Amino acid sequence: MTALGPKEDNSLAVLLGQTLEGVAAVIEQPQGEAVVTVEPEKLVSLCRRLKEDPGLGFDYLRCLSAVDYGDHFQLVYHLYSMAYGHKMVVKVNIPLEDAVAPSVTAVWRGADWHEREAAEMFGITFTGHPHLVPLLLEEGCDEHPLCKSHPMVALRPPRNGDS
Amino acid sequence: MQRQLDTVDMTLNMGPQHPSTHGVFRMVLTVDGERIVAVEPYIGYLHRGIEKLSETLNYRQVITLMDRADYLANFNNELTYVMAVEKLMRIEVPERAEYIRVILCELNRIASHLMFYGAMGSDAGVFGTAFMYAFQAREKIVAAFESVSGARMMHNFFRVGGVRDDLPRDFGPIMARLIPQLRQSIEDCHNLLGHNEVFIARSKGIGTIGPQEAIDYGLSGPALRACGVAEDLRRSDPYSIYPKLDFRIPVGKDGDCYDRYLLRVEEMRQSLYMVEQALEIIPPGPVMAQVPKVLKPPPGEVYVRTENPRGDLGIYLVSQGGDKPYRVKVRAPSFCNLMALEHLLRDCYIADCVMVLGSLDIVLGEVDR
Repeated sequence: MTALGPKEDNSLAVLLGQTLEGVAAVIEQPQGEAVVTVEPEKLVSLCRRLKEDPGLGFDYLRCLSAVDYGDHFQLVYHLYSMAYGHKMVVKVNIPLEDAVAPSVTAVWRGADWHEREAAEMFGITFTGHPHLVPLLLEEGCDEHPLCKSHPMVALRPPRNGDS
Repeated sequence: MQRQLDTVDMTLNMGPQHPSTHGVFRMVLTVDGERIVAVEPYIGYLHRGIEKLSETLNYRQVITLMDRADYLANFNNELTYVMAVEKLMRIEVPERAEYIRVILCELNRIASHLMFYGAMGSDAGVFGTAFMYAFQAREKIVAAFESVSGARMMHNFFRVGGVRDDLPRDFGPIMARLIPQLRQSIEDCHNLLGHNEVFIARSKGIGTIGPQEAIDYGLSGPALRACGVAEDLRRSDPYSIYPKLDFRIPVGKDGDCYDRYLLRVEEMRQSLYMVEQALEIIPPGPVMAQVPKVLKPPPGEVYVRTENPRGDLGIYLVSQGGDKPYRVKVRAPSFCNLMALEHLLRDCYIADCVMVLGSLDIVLGEVDR
């Protein structure tokens, strides 16, 4: 069962370095986990490469989070490879105004709802998403409650019958 | 001469107030006669803004919100969150506290799977019998939880750095009575449904998914293992005291409703076995580490994942200093598992729809957060 055990991240860094050569990406390892920061335009091709490279095989998108840092949004992709047990993080920074990022649903279908959630909660547009409609919020709500600029208040005044 | 009849697909609404949607969940089915062609799930009826609320509360208060995400596996949810804060602050948890956590989490897994069992029985049409058997057993676990934490659900028992209290003095005798009873209950339940011809006919070969698609959709937990992928975080990315425990990871092969059911029954047996081992080797000692009065983790970020009854629960926690989290993202297993519903339901009959949904074992509290 060695294939399931987590591998040394050092070897992963070497592998990543070889695979990502030529792609403008920064690799850092703050807590032993490889983090790659990439430009939005190169995101999809990078993800595809990470998934399809036989030595890496990042076939599982664990989590897709968006964070509002006040001056920019950051999209964080936590990846995992079922075959090797590798873990890594891909980060993309996008501006607050004109918040557009390419969709990775074509690479991992599991990105679908994560992107829809980030789209409605932060107002980020994912180009290439097949069905980018609101997921969790009430119909007709055009606010983006998880943005730091959004105050912590109810989205609408209580109605009769609300408990 | 035969003339082709013009047929039109029909749209059928199901939910949100439907007894078999396990909460408030709505799906719009497009059907061709009795066959489902497409499905569009609608969620969000239970959205309470847990992620936004977490940003306004301090690190200790957020534990109560995690209780309410997956309300059938409270301890497991608390564990993931406190592990994230502990990793961020580099807090060592006393060994006894780790044991207490694992014992409670595994008992919670059994309670959660029993709930699944009862609900799945109802979905298959044996309303009452299966449900009542499962609830009798679950009730005993919940009573044991009450003796530990004072609450039947929503325990708020795990703390950053340990647990709130030590186990009650009579916990040993309670468990000595409970474990044989549970073992018997699990077998009774399984004998009632697992060998039932009608149940097998309604679940075998229904709602199948292959390993490649399952990984692509981000399935996790029993739903992923049912299609033959031996991925369990307790083994593949071990945390807490799981490396010290002996257990088997059951794996299915067909990825259908019946496999998902069988797998959970086997998981209950394994969890019970783990609880027994942990009770035998639990060391004495403190249950809380030295933790500052106000929790202020250094700036940084962590992503912590644990194996919940429903799958891989991840928490992405970002700190910018300060006494409140900057961002808490909850990667809920039910949320990701539910995405595969469109694949699972395609070409099923309308009548199988509730079975497939039931076999995924979703909790809308964590889907909507």
